[in-house]
Amino acid sequence: MTELISKYLPLKRSEKYNRRKRALATSIIGALILLALVISGFFIGTDGLVVNFEAANNAPSLQHPFGTDWLGRDMFVRTVKGLTLSFWVGLLAAFISALIALLLSLLLVLNKTLDSLVTGLIDLFLALPHIVTLILISFMLGGGLKGVVIALALTHWPRLARLLRAEIMQIKNTEYITVSRNMGKSWYWIARHHILPHLIPQLIIGFILTFPHAILHEASITFLGFGLSSDKPAIGVILSEAMGYLSSGMWWLALFPGLMLLLMVAVFDSLGRNLRKVFDPFKGQKG
Amino acid sequence: MLKVNNISFRYQSDRWLFHQIDLIINPKEVVGLYGQSGIGKTTFANIISGYLKPDKGSITVDGKVYSQNGRNPVQLIGQHPEKAINPRWKMRQVLEESGEYSDEFLEKLGISKEWMHRYPSQLSGGELQRFCLARAIAPKTKYLVADEMTTMLDAITQAQIWQTVLSLVEKQELGVLVISHELPLLKKICNRILNFEELAGNK
Repeated sequence: MTELISKYLPLKRSEKYNRRKRALATSIIGALILLALVISGFFIGTDGLVVNFEAANNAPSLQHPFGTDWLGRDMFVRTVKGLTLSFWVGLLAAFISALIALLLSLLLVLNKTLDSLVTGLIDLFLALPHIVTLILISFMLGGGLKGVVIALALTHWPRLARLLRAEIMQIKNTEYITVSRNMGKSWYWIARHHILPHLIPQLIIGFILTFPHAILHEASITFLGFGLSSDKPAIGVILSEAMGYLSSGMWWLALFPGLMLLLMVAVFDSLGRNLRKVFDPFKGQKG
Repeated sequence: MLKVNNISFRYQSDRWLFHQIDLIINPKEVVGLYGQSGIGKTTFANIISGYLKPDKGSITVDGKVYSQNGRNPVQLIGQHPEKAINPRWKMRQVLEESGEYSDEFLEKLGISKEWMHRYPSQLSGGELQRFCLARAIAPKTKYLVADEMTTMLDAITQAQIWQTVLSLVEKQELGVLVISHELPLLKKICNRILNFEELAGNK
């Protein structure tokens, strides 16, 4: 019998490597890369940021791997510092928006009227062009770090909230919730003990996948001039400043910071996808 | 005394599923109910145990209508134990939701201590049904509605579980409504057997 199976169903399953292990390994590598980036952002000195006109406009070399800008500042140091700042902005914004999404979606458990208000709010936010809302909120709050973080947090929750709402709706109609109600448990108790544990994988993954989104949007509104001020060397500031020098052939000013931004976002994205496979294997198979 | 006062229920607005049912179940009484599939036995069970609201009429336990705060003295055990237990909870947590249970009681129901640290997917349907039964019979429970409770079990387990339930009927003065297709089973355990169609007065 086993011979037959191995003959007709050549399952290439290695004992050592399965999907879960691979996903876990990839996520650990991703997390390490991000950690290295953030920690190096802290420890890297500001020596490279000193204005030095003798070394201005250098192409990438061994001494300055990403080249230098028009003031002779080392682009590698600027990029790493900028990414660190973007990382924290993204982290804060994604965290707040995940929190907003969770709280608003949990209203469904408590009250139907409140829930229909939330649904309307979700539709409203999704109907508006993302970047316009971002610019408006950030501009209204006077820009800067505070404006950008609040704007990002207020615009990134609807997708996650909608996802969580659907999940809650499904759980709320299960038999074990009815049984729990019949045992005299309050909706608060049920939300905490029955529903929240089901939402945690979705929440963590939603949080991680919001992150690259938030960073990219931070960079783009800063690039457009509505975000962080130019004394905060976020990646968007670097990119928008570099635009002016591109025509004079200084390609390294925009290329390396842009690539690094892309790399960070890609690492985050793969982290989110792989963690989904680990935490939520059933959903992972469908997707 | 569990009193079903003139309850009526309909899913579609033009057709009553059943109309004006009256039923009284006393403590220590086991009442059997049988009938064809699809005539509303499970809906009736759901209404008695407070899962659904009747369109007309009311359910009273010792003269009081159950309001949504506090534990319902009428508890239902359904036919799908795997749906009635949160798949992300360990069995210990499932029991803790309902209250504290003595080892002796659990042993009587045939619940092994090893199962406490398992998830519902690691137990069979019959094993899960014992947990549902244990969860339903807390000290505050006065009436039990068993809707095809032992249909998925083998004859020996079925006998064991019913023996436990019958001994609890004596000890805790439970009243039980047994809904089943198996007439021999009903004849064996019930004090009184009703035909749902006659009860509902459809014919």
